[in-house]
Amino acid sequence: MTVFEPKIIAFCCYYCAYSAADLAGSMRLEYPANIKIVEMPCSGKTDIRVLLEAFERGADGVYVLGCMEGDCHFLKGNLRAKRRVQEAKKILEEIGISGKRLEMFNLSAAMGPRFAKIANEFTERIRKLGPSPLNKNSTIKEEE
Amino acid sequence: MIVAESKPLTEVANLIDNAKKVLIVGCSGCVTVCMSGGQKEVGILASKLRLLRKKEGNPLETVEVTLTRQCDPEYVETLKKYVTDDIDVIISMACGVGVQFLAERYNKWVVPGLNTKFAGGTTEHGVWEERCGLCGECILYKTGGICPIIRCSKSLLNGPCGGSQEGKCEINSEIPCAWQLIYDRMQALGRLDLLMEIQPPKDWSKSRDGGLRKVVREDVKLDE
Repeated sequence: MTVFEPKIIAFCCYYCAYSAADLAGSMRLEYPANIKIVEMPCSGKTDIRVLLEAFERGADGVYVLGCMEGDCHFLKGNLRAKRRVQEAKKILEEIGISGKRLEMFNLSAAMGPRFAKIANEFTERIRKLGPSPLNKNSTIKEEE
Repeated sequence: MIVAESKPLTEVANLIDNAKKVLIVGCSGCVTVCMSGGQKEVGILASKLRLLRKKEGNPLETVEVTLTRQCDPEYVETLKKYVTDDIDVIISMACGVGVQFLAERYNKWVVPGLNTKFAGGTTEHGVWEERCGLCGECILYKTGGICPIIRCSKSLLNGPCGGSQEGKCEINSEIPCAWQLIYDRMQALGRLDLLMEIQPPKDWSKSRDGGLRKVVREDVKLDE
Protein backbone atom coordinates (compact mmCIF):
# COMPACT_ATOMS: atom_id res chain seq x y z
CA MET A 1 0.00 0.00 0.00
CA THR A 2 1.28 3.46 -0.80
CA VAL A 3 1.00 6.50 1.43
CA PHE A 4 1.11 10.02 0.11
CA GLU A 5 3.36 12.25 2.24
CA PRO A 6 2.25 15.83 1.63
CA LYS A 7 4.53 18.84 1.86
CA ILE A 8 2.89 21.39 4.11
CA ILE A 9 4.05 24.90 4.94
CA ALA A 10 2.84 26.51 8.17
CA PHE A 11 3.30 30.26 8.38
CA CYS A 12 3.48 30.92 12.11
CA CYS A 13 3.07 34.17 13.97
CA TYR A 14 6.00 34.72 16.36
CA TYR A 15 3.72 35.73 19.24
CA CYS A 16 1.48 32.68 19.27
CA ALA A 17 2.00 29.70 16.98
CA TYR A 18 5.78 29.83 16.99
CA SER A 19 5.79 29.66 20.79
CA ALA A 20 2.97 27.10 20.73
CA ALA A 21 5.16 24.93 18.49
CA ASP A 22 7.94 25.24 21.06
CA LEU A 23 5.53 24.28 23.80
CA ALA A 24 4.28 21.30 21.81
CA GLY A 25 7.93 20.21 21.59
CA SER A 26 8.56 20.67 25.31
CA MET A 27 5.41 18.70 26.04
CA ARG A 28 6.74 15.91 23.80
CA LEU A 29 3.59 16.08 21.67
CA GLU A 30 3.88 14.40 18.32
CA TYR A 31 2.88 16.04 15.09
CA PRO A 32 3.66 15.02 11.52
CA ALA A 33 7.09 15.73 10.06
CA ASN A 34 5.31 16.98 6.92
CA ILE A 35 4.92 20.42 8.48
CA LYS A 36 7.61 22.96 7.63
CA ILE A 37 7.37 26.03 9.84
CA VAL A 38 8.05 29.54 8.58
CA GLU A 39 8.24 32.19 11.28
CA MET A 40 6.51 35.51 10.73
CA PRO A 41 6.69 38.64 12.93
CA CYS A 42 2.85 38.67 12.89
CA SER A 43 0.22 36.86 10.81
CA GLY A 44 -0.44 40.35 9.39
CA LYS A 45 2.73 39.76 7.36
CA THR A 46 0.72 37.28 5.27
CA ASP A 47 1.06 38.17 1.60
CA ILE A 48 -1.00 36.51 -1.14
CA ARG A 49 2.12 36.40 -3.33
CA VAL A 50 3.99 34.35 -0.72
CA LEU A 51 1.07 31.94 -0.22
CA LEU A 52 0.87 31.37 -3.98
CA GLU A 53 4.63 30.99 -4.21
CA ALA A 54 4.53 28.20 -1.65
CA PHE A 55 2.19 26.26 -3.95
CA GLU A 56 4.27 27.15 -6.97
CA ARG A 57 7.34 25.72 -5.26
CA GLY A 58 5.72 22.41 -4.50
CA ALA A 59 3.61 22.69 -1.35
CA ASP A 60 0.55 20.42 -1.24
CA GLY A 61 -1.01 22.44 1.56
CA VAL A 62 -0.37 25.74 3.32
CA TYR A 63 -1.77 27.17 6.53
CA VAL A 64 -1.38 30.39 8.42
CA LEU A 65 -1.44 30.45 12.22
CA GLY A 66 -2.30 33.69 13.96
CA CYS A 67 -3.28 34.82 17.44
CA MET A 68 -6.82 34.48 18.74
CA GLU A 69 -9.08 37.16 17.29
CA GLY A 70 -8.84 40.25 19.48
CA ASP A 71 -5.45 39.17 20.87
CA CYS A 72 -3.12 40.22 18.04
CA HIS A 73 0.09 41.76 19.38
CA PHE A 74 -0.22 44.35 16.63
CA LEU A 75 -3.99 44.70 17.20
CA LYS A 76 -5.40 43.73 13.80
CA GLY A 77 -2.73 41.72 11.96
CA ASN A 78 -4.62 38.43 12.33
CA LEU A 79 -7.85 39.95 11.00
CA ARG A 80 -6.02 41.23 7.93
CA ALA A 81 -4.40 37.82 7.46
CA LYS A 82 -7.86 36.22 7.57
CA ARG A 83 -9.09 38.34 4.66
CA ARG A 84 -5.97 37.70 2.62
CA VAL A 85 -6.19 33.95 3.19
CA GLN A 86 -9.84 34.06 2.07
CA GLU A 87 -8.82 35.88 -1.11
CA ALA A 88 -5.97 33.43 -1.77
CA LYS A 89 -8.41 30.52 -1.30
CA LYS A 90 -10.60 32.02 -4.02
CA ILE A 91 -7.58 32.30 -6.31
CA LEU A 92 -6.68 28.65 -5.71
CA GLU A 93 -10.25 27.64 -6.55
CA GLU A 94 -10.09 29.74 -9.72
CA ILE A 95 -6.86 28.03 -10.78
CA GLY A 96 -8.31 24.63 -9.94
CA ILE A 97 -5.99 23.68 -7.09
CA SER A 98 -8.81 23.67 -4.46
CA GLY A 99 -9.13 26.31 -1.77
CA LYS A 100 -9.21 23.55 0.85
CA ARG A 101 -5.44 23.29 0.54
CA LEU A 102 -5.11 26.65 2.28
CA GLU A 103 -6.47 27.57 5.70
CA MET A 104 -6.05 29.97 8.57
CA PHE A 105 -6.25 28.91 12.22
CA ASN A 106 -6.10 30.92 15.44
CA LEU A 107 -4.40 29.87 18.64
CA SER A 108 -2.46 31.30 21.57
CA ALA A 109 1.13 30.73 22.72
CA ALA A 110 -0.19 28.52 25.52
CA MET A 111 -1.92 26.13 23.13
CA GLY A 112 0.78 23.56 22.43
CA PRO A 113 -1.75 20.70 22.18
CA ARG A 114 -3.88 22.74 19.74
CA PHE A 115 -0.80 23.34 17.58
CA ALA A 116 -0.21 19.59 17.36
CA LYS A 117 -3.93 18.94 16.73
CA ILE A 118 -4.06 21.44 13.86
CA ALA A 119 -0.90 19.92 12.37
CA ASN A 120 -2.37 16.43 12.56
CA GLU A 121 -5.79 17.37 11.20
CA PHE A 122 -4.47 19.52 8.37
CA THR A 123 -1.98 16.85 7.31
CA GLU A 124 -4.83 14.34 7.27
CA ARG A 125 -6.97 16.72 5.20
CA ILE A 126 -4.22 17.18 2.60
CA ARG A 127 -3.47 13.48 2.57
CA LYS A 128 -7.12 12.86 1.67
CA LEU A 129 -7.06 15.54 -1.04
CA GLY A 130 -3.96 13.92 -2.55
CA PRO A 131 -0.98 15.63 -4.16
CA SER A 132 -1.39 19.16 -5.50
CA PRO A 133 -2.27 19.05 -9.21
CA LEU A 134 0.95 21.00 -9.74
CA ASN A 135 3.12 18.24 -8.30
CA LYS A 136 3.15 15.54 -10.90
CA ASN A 137 6.00 13.66 -9.23
CA SER A 138 4.91 13.65 -5.60
CA THR A 139 6.55 11.57 -2.96
CA ILE A 140 4.29 8.57 -2.60
CA LYS A 141 6.29 6.13 -0.59
CA GLU A 142 5.65 2.51 0.13
CA GLU A 143 4.23 1.91 3.57
CA GLU A 144 6.38 -0.43 5.59
CA MET B 1 -7.18 58.87 -9.69
CA ILE B 2 -8.14 56.49 -12.47
CA VAL B 3 -9.73 53.50 -10.79
CA ALA B 4 -9.39 50.07 -12.35
CA GLU B 5 -9.92 46.46 -11.34
CA SER B 6 -8.37 43.16 -12.38
CA LYS B 7 -9.81 41.23 -15.26
CA PRO B 8 -10.84 37.69 -14.30
CA LEU B 9 -7.94 35.23 -14.50
CA THR B 10 -9.60 33.08 -17.16
CA GLU B 11 -10.05 36.13 -19.39
CA VAL B 12 -6.38 37.13 -19.10
CA ALA B 13 -5.35 33.50 -19.67
CA ASN B 14 -7.40 33.50 -22.89
CA LEU B 15 -5.93 36.84 -23.98
CA ILE B 16 -2.36 35.53 -23.81
CA ASP B 17 -3.47 32.35 -25.60
CA ASN B 18 -0.55 29.97 -25.95
CA ALA B 19 2.26 32.44 -25.23
CA LYS B 20 5.43 30.96 -23.76
CA LYS B 21 6.86 34.15 -22.28
CA VAL B 22 4.92 37.22 -21.20
CA LEU B 23 6.04 40.61 -19.98
CA ILE B 24 3.71 41.89 -17.25
CA VAL B 25 3.99 45.63 -16.84
CA GLY B 26 2.66 47.42 -13.78
CA CYS B 27 2.20 51.14 -13.22
CA SER B 28 3.14 53.03 -10.05
CA GLY B 29 0.51 55.69 -10.65
CA CYS B 30 -3.24 55.54 -10.01
CA VAL B 31 -3.56 51.76 -10.30
CA THR B 32 -1.02 51.23 -7.53
CA VAL B 33 -3.09 53.47 -5.26
CA CYS B 34 -6.31 51.63 -6.13
CA MET B 35 -4.46 48.34 -5.65
CA SER B 36 -5.12 46.87 -9.06
CA GLY B 37 -1.96 47.28 -11.15
CA GLY B 38 1.03 48.03 -8.93
CA GLN B 39 4.12 45.94 -8.27
CA LYS B 40 2.23 43.67 -5.88
CA GLU B 41 -0.67 43.01 -8.24
CA VAL B 42 1.79 42.34 -11.07
CA GLY B 43 3.38 39.69 -8.83
CA ILE B 44 0.01 38.14 -8.03
CA LEU B 45 -1.13 38.00 -11.67
CA ALA B 46 2.23 36.52 -12.74
CA SER B 47 1.96 33.89 -10.02
CA LYS B 48 -1.67 33.05 -10.94
CA LEU B 49 -0.82 32.64 -14.61
CA ARG B 50 2.25 30.50 -13.87
CA LEU B 51 0.24 28.27 -11.52
CA LEU B 52 -2.57 27.90 -14.06
CA ARG B 53 -0.15 27.00 -16.83
CA LYS B 54 1.85 24.66 -14.62
CA LYS B 55 -1.36 22.83 -13.80
CA GLU B 56 -2.17 22.53 -17.51
CA GLY B 57 1.34 21.20 -18.17
CA ASN B 58 2.16 24.17 -20.40
CA PRO B 59 4.67 26.21 -18.38
CA LEU B 60 4.73 29.97 -18.76
CA GLU B 61 7.69 32.26 -18.23
CA THR B 62 6.91 35.68 -16.82
CA VAL B 63 8.91 38.89 -16.62
CA GLU B 64 7.62 41.47 -14.14
CA VAL B 65 8.36 45.17 -14.46
CA THR B 66 6.59 48.12 -12.85
CA LEU B 67 7.09 51.52 -14.46
CA THR B 68 6.84 54.87 -12.68
CA ARG B 69 3.99 55.71 -15.05
CA GLN B 70 2.77 54.15 -18.27
CA CYS B 71 1.19 57.38 -19.49
CA ASP B 72 4.49 59.18 -20.10
CA PRO B 73 6.74 58.24 -23.04
CA GLU B 74 9.93 58.77 -21.02
CA TYR B 75 8.95 55.98 -18.63
CA VAL B 76 7.53 53.77 -21.38
CA GLU B 77 10.95 54.05 -23.04
CA THR B 78 12.66 52.52 -19.98
CA LEU B 79 10.79 49.28 -20.69
CA LYS B 80 12.84 48.82 -23.87
CA LYS B 81 15.47 46.51 -22.39
CA TYR B 82 12.78 44.09 -21.21
CA VAL B 83 10.97 43.90 -24.55
CA THR B 84 13.18 41.18 -26.00
CA ASP B 85 12.48 39.07 -29.10
CA ASP B 86 11.29 36.10 -27.06
CA ILE B 87 8.46 38.06 -25.39
CA ASP B 88 5.24 36.80 -27.00
CA VAL B 89 2.73 39.08 -25.28
CA ILE B 90 2.87 42.19 -23.11
CA ILE B 91 0.20 42.45 -20.41
CA SER B 92 -0.30 46.05 -19.31
CA MET B 93 -1.60 46.37 -15.77
CA ALA B 94 -2.29 50.09 -16.20
CA CYS B 95 -5.44 51.95 -17.20
CA GLY B 96 -6.43 52.05 -20.88
CA VAL B 97 -3.96 54.89 -21.41
CA GLY B 98 -1.01 52.72 -20.38
CA VAL B 99 -2.12 49.84 -22.59
CA GLN B 100 -2.26 52.19 -25.60
CA PHE B 101 1.06 53.88 -24.85
CA LEU B 102 2.79 50.50 -24.68
CA ALA B 103 1.07 49.35 -27.88
CA GLU B 104 2.09 52.55 -29.68
CA ARG B 105 5.73 52.25 -28.62
CA TYR B 106 6.41 48.52 -28.95
CA ASN B 107 5.81 46.23 -31.87
CA LYS B 108 4.33 43.47 -29.73
CA TRP B 109 0.87 42.09 -28.99
CA VAL B 110 -0.25 44.19 -25.99
CA VAL B 111 -3.27 43.14 -23.93
CA PRO B 112 -4.95 44.78 -20.92
CA GLY B 113 -4.79 43.06 -17.53
CA LEU B 114 -7.33 45.46 -16.00
CA ASN B 115 -10.73 46.90 -16.69
CA THR B 116 -10.51 50.69 -16.35
CA LYS B 117 -13.58 51.83 -14.43
CA PHE B 118 -13.71 55.55 -13.66
CA ALA B 119 -12.10 58.68 -12.22
CA GLY B 120 -12.70 58.52 -8.51
CA GLY B 121 -11.31 58.42 -5.02
CA THR B 122 -10.95 56.19 -1.96
CA THR B 123 -13.93 56.43 0.39
CA GLU B 124 -12.53 53.80 2.75
CA HIS B 125 -9.66 51.31 2.54
CA GLY B 126 -10.70 48.93 -0.21
CA VAL B 127 -13.60 51.03 -1.51
CA TRP B 128 -13.35 53.43 -4.44
CA GLU B 129 -16.12 55.65 -5.75
CA GLU B 130 -16.62 57.59 -8.93
CA ARG B 131 -16.53 61.35 -8.58
CA CYS B 132 -15.71 62.92 -11.94
CA GLY B 133 -17.32 62.34 -15.33
CA LEU B 134 -14.44 63.99 -17.25
CA CYS B 135 -17.02 66.10 -19.09
CA GLY B 136 -14.51 68.75 -20.12
CA GLU B 137 -16.15 71.80 -18.55
CA CYS B 138 -16.42 71.85 -14.78
CA ILE B 139 -19.64 73.18 -13.24
CA LEU B 140 -18.97 72.18 -9.64
CA TYR B 141 -19.09 75.85 -8.59
CA LYS B 142 -22.78 75.87 -9.43
CA THR B 143 -23.65 72.83 -7.35
CA GLY B 144 -21.78 73.23 -4.07
CA GLY B 145 -18.97 70.86 -5.03
CA ILE B 146 -21.21 67.88 -5.82
CA CYS B 147 -21.14 66.76 -9.44
CA PRO B 148 -24.58 66.20 -10.96
CA ILE B 149 -23.04 64.98 -14.22
CA ILE B 150 -21.66 61.79 -12.74
CA ARG B 151 -23.49 61.43 -9.45
CA CYS B 152 -27.00 61.98 -10.80
CA SER B 153 -28.07 58.90 -12.77
CA LYS B 154 -29.62 61.17 -15.41
CA SER B 155 -26.85 63.81 -15.33
CA LEU B 156 -29.54 66.44 -14.76
CA LEU B 157 -28.52 70.09 -14.55
CA ASN B 158 -31.85 71.20 -13.09
CA GLY B 159 -32.66 68.48 -10.59
CA PRO B 160 -33.97 66.65 -8.78
CA CYS B 161 -36.30 64.57 -10.90
CA GLY B 162 -39.45 62.79 -9.72
CA GLY B 163 -37.43 59.68 -8.99
CA SER B 164 -35.74 61.20 -5.96
CA GLN B 165 -37.27 59.45 -2.96
CA GLU B 166 -36.23 59.98 0.64
CA GLY B 167 -32.85 61.17 -0.52
CA LYS B 168 -32.22 58.11 -2.69
CA CYS B 169 -32.21 57.59 -6.42
CA GLU B 170 -34.98 55.58 -8.05
CA ILE B 171 -32.53 53.38 -9.91
CA ASN B 172 -31.06 51.94 -6.70
CA SER B 173 -32.09 52.57 -3.11
CA GLU B 174 -28.43 52.54 -2.06
CA ILE B 175 -27.45 55.40 -4.33
CA PRO B 176 -27.95 58.86 -2.82
CA CYS B 177 -29.81 61.35 -4.99
CA ALA B 178 -27.13 63.81 -6.12
CA TRP B 179 -29.65 66.63 -6.25
CA GLN B 180 -30.78 65.95 -2.70
CA LEU B 181 -27.11 66.16 -1.66
CA ILE B 182 -26.73 69.40 -3.62
CA TYR B 183 -29.88 70.90 -2.08
CA ASP B 184 -28.81 69.93 1.46
CA ARG B 185 -25.36 71.36 0.98
CA MET B 186 -26.60 74.60 -0.55
CA GLN B 187 -29.05 74.96 2.32
CA ALA B 188 -26.25 74.43 4.86
CA LEU B 189 -24.14 77.02 3.09
CA GLY B 190 -27.06 79.46 2.84
CA ARG B 191 -26.80 79.57 -0.95
CA LEU B 192 -30.17 78.10 -1.96
CA ASP B 193 -30.73 81.16 -4.14
CA LEU B 194 -28.16 79.77 -6.61
CA LEU B 195 -30.44 76.83 -7.28
CA MET B 196 -33.22 79.16 -8.45
CA GLU B 197 -31.23 79.90 -11.56
CA ILE B 198 -32.27 77.75 -14.55
CA GLN B 199 -29.26 76.04 -16.11
CA PRO B 200 -29.14 76.05 -19.91
CA PRO B 201 -28.25 72.82 -21.71
CA LYS B 202 -24.59 71.89 -21.22
CA ASP B 203 -22.15 72.18 -24.11
CA TRP B 204 -21.44 68.49 -24.59
CA SER B 205 -19.03 69.18 -27.48
CA LYS B 206 -16.35 69.54 -24.80
CA SER B 207 -17.11 66.07 -23.50
CA ARG B 208 -16.70 62.73 -25.28
CA ASP B 209 -17.55 63.96 -28.72
CA GLY B 210 -15.60 64.38 -31.93
CA GLY B 211 -12.76 61.97 -31.29
CA LEU B 212 -9.91 62.26 -28.84
CA ARG B 213 -9.53 65.44 -26.85
CA LYS B 214 -6.26 67.23 -26.53
CA VAL B 215 -4.80 69.79 -24.14
CA VAL B 216 -1.94 71.89 -25.54
CA ARG B 217 0.23 74.19 -23.44
CA GLU B 218 2.55 76.22 -25.63
CA ASP B 219 4.41 77.61 -22.60
CA VAL B 220 5.67 74.20 -21.49
CA LYS B 221 6.45 72.69 -24.90
CA LEU B 222 10.11 71.91 -25.58
CA ASP B 223 10.30 72.12 -29.39
CA GLU B 224 11.92 75.23 -30.94
